[in-house]
Amino acid sequence: MKTVSPFLELEETPRVEVMFCGEGLRLPQGANLAAALLAAGVDVFRNTPVSGAPRGPFCMMGACFDCLVEIDGTVRQACMIEVSEGLQITKPHQTEAKDETA
Amino acid sequence: MKQRDLVVIGAGPAGMAAAAQAAELGLSVTVLDEQHRAGGQIYRDVDRVAPLRGGILGKDYTDGAILTAGLRHDAIEHISGAVVWAIEDGFDVSYTRDGRGAQIAAKQLLLATGALERPMPLPGWTLPGVMTAGAGQILLKQSGVLARNAVLVGCGPLLYLIAAQMVRAGTSPTALIETQTPRNMIRAAPHIGGALRGWPYLLKGLGLLAAIIRARVPRFTGATDITITGQERADAVTFTTRGRTHTIGCDTVMLHHGVVPNTQAARSLGVTHSWSAQQDCFVPDLDDWGQGSVAGVFIAGDGGGIGGAKAAEFSGRLSALKVAEDLGSLTRSERDRQAAPLRSARFRELAARPFLDASYPPCAEALAPTDSTVVCRCEEVTAGDIRAYAKLGCIGPNQAKAFGRAGMGPCQGRYCGTTVTALLAAANNQTPDETGYYRIRPPLKPVTLGELAAMDDTAPEAAE
Repeated sequence: MKTVSPFLELEETPRVEVMFCGEGLRLPQGANLAAALLAAGVDVFRNTPVSGAPRGPFCMMGACFDCLVEIDGTVRQACMIEVSEGLQITKPHQTEAKDETA
Repeated sequence: MKQRDLVVIGAGPAGMAAAAQAAELGLSVTVLDEQHRAGGQIYRDVDRVAPLRGGILGKDYTDGAILTAGLRHDAIEHISGAVVWAIEDGFDVSYTRDGRGAQIAAKQLLLATGALERPMPLPGWTLPGVMTAGAGQILLKQSGVLARNAVLVGCGPLLYLIAAQMVRAGTSPTALIETQTPRNMIRAAPHIGGALRGWPYLLKGLGLLAAIIRARVPRFTGATDITITGQERADAVTFTTRGRTHTIGCDTVMLHHGVVPNTQAARSLGVTHSWSAQQDCFVPDLDDWGQGSVAGVFIAGDGGGIGGAKAAEFSGRLSALKVAEDLGSLTRSERDRQAAPLRSARFRELAARPFLDASYPPCAEALAPTDSTVVCRCEEVTAGDIRAYAKLGCIGPNQAKAFGRAGMGPCQGRYCGTTVTALLAAANNQTPDETGYYRIRPPLKPVTLGELAAMDDTAPEAAE
């Protein structure tokens, strides 16, 4: 995760607190979650189950499944979710992926 | 289960126009759309965004609000955030919304599922920081999020459009790396007549290009040997043009070399498709009204062949006229009378297409990637793997699944299907039609057991 985001936000909107991999982030309420995470400087959303390669949003329209994250135990597409207060987000199957690549 | 005269899947220009037309003719219509707000990708979130960023996005975007207004009709139920995962004969449509499964029955069906970016497998295209130009545009449209240091790679009008929008927004792209060559323009020359009939498109394109040049965005054309480099994320693009190799540092790479029909839903219903040499992709076989090889299944918009937003609108309305006639709400002569002006308008919209397709052909090295390039992003299958399967006797994409899981990940082949067909066709010296495409089966999108358990077949969702 970078401190300076490669992305710029045109508007300032009210923010809410969410957790991404144990780190607190303040994201725009109701925003597209994938866009909001990118703007917050998150670049790696997940590691692939095959090789552990890093991945981030690719299509932003629900087709590629590269922006998968885990929320409340369910693996979902970040680009199809809106930001709401208190979301607990992790990389999908993080423990399993670690075991495989250990 | 609730039954409707027409169920439309997708709330982009084709779906919205078809729904409005059908409702006007007295049909009951339900529009199911994955997004939270109407517009499709071209007019994504237009009602909310037009007042905020209409200036950057332009009139071609803000005009989408005319179509979203058409959805506010008593006979139209618009269910947003609805992810369709199965369509069964007859037609029963299953979808998930807010964590609950639901079903709705349709006398006739209109698939308006639009286009996907043509997959552009180049070395490094799976790195974080690499996205489709469409994704970059969606970030700007819906979220007002702009890449500070982006390199745009590929070719075609959409690449110029996003570049010009980025210039207008005050974050010009770091460079525009284009793959078409002057020879492509010469090859396109025989189509100039059509291009002149479609002159408003040419004028718009030239306007975009002028804005990019005025902003002094470095432009390279005829780029080859394109490689995206980086460890945990993309940090540069290397390419060759006119005998010189360049490396341009960046944080974001946006790829584009055209769009292709999203055929998943149509294929799952058994609608036949054929290879289009002009568009370099599979398109569904449709009659004059957009009806596929399965009776009662209509396809309008880019999902039926790439024509753009305005053509999509006309196609959607044409399909709606035929549905209304089939269901007895419109006489045949009235149908034909109303269809005539729509057909002429669509013809004019499509006039410039052959010229554009020939001027900006897909990037050759992305159609036939190097052996080490990943083509199936989900299962990390390389072009070399596919070629090796062919040597072992693999003749079609469905066999390729058994050989190495290509196309079996969560995207279900959306971003490798055309590449795998092309690679196998080349290796086996067959045509794309002979090689075929992945067999698409439900669920079209992942569905959880919890969502199935919460299934409610009365579909109580309120219309929007």
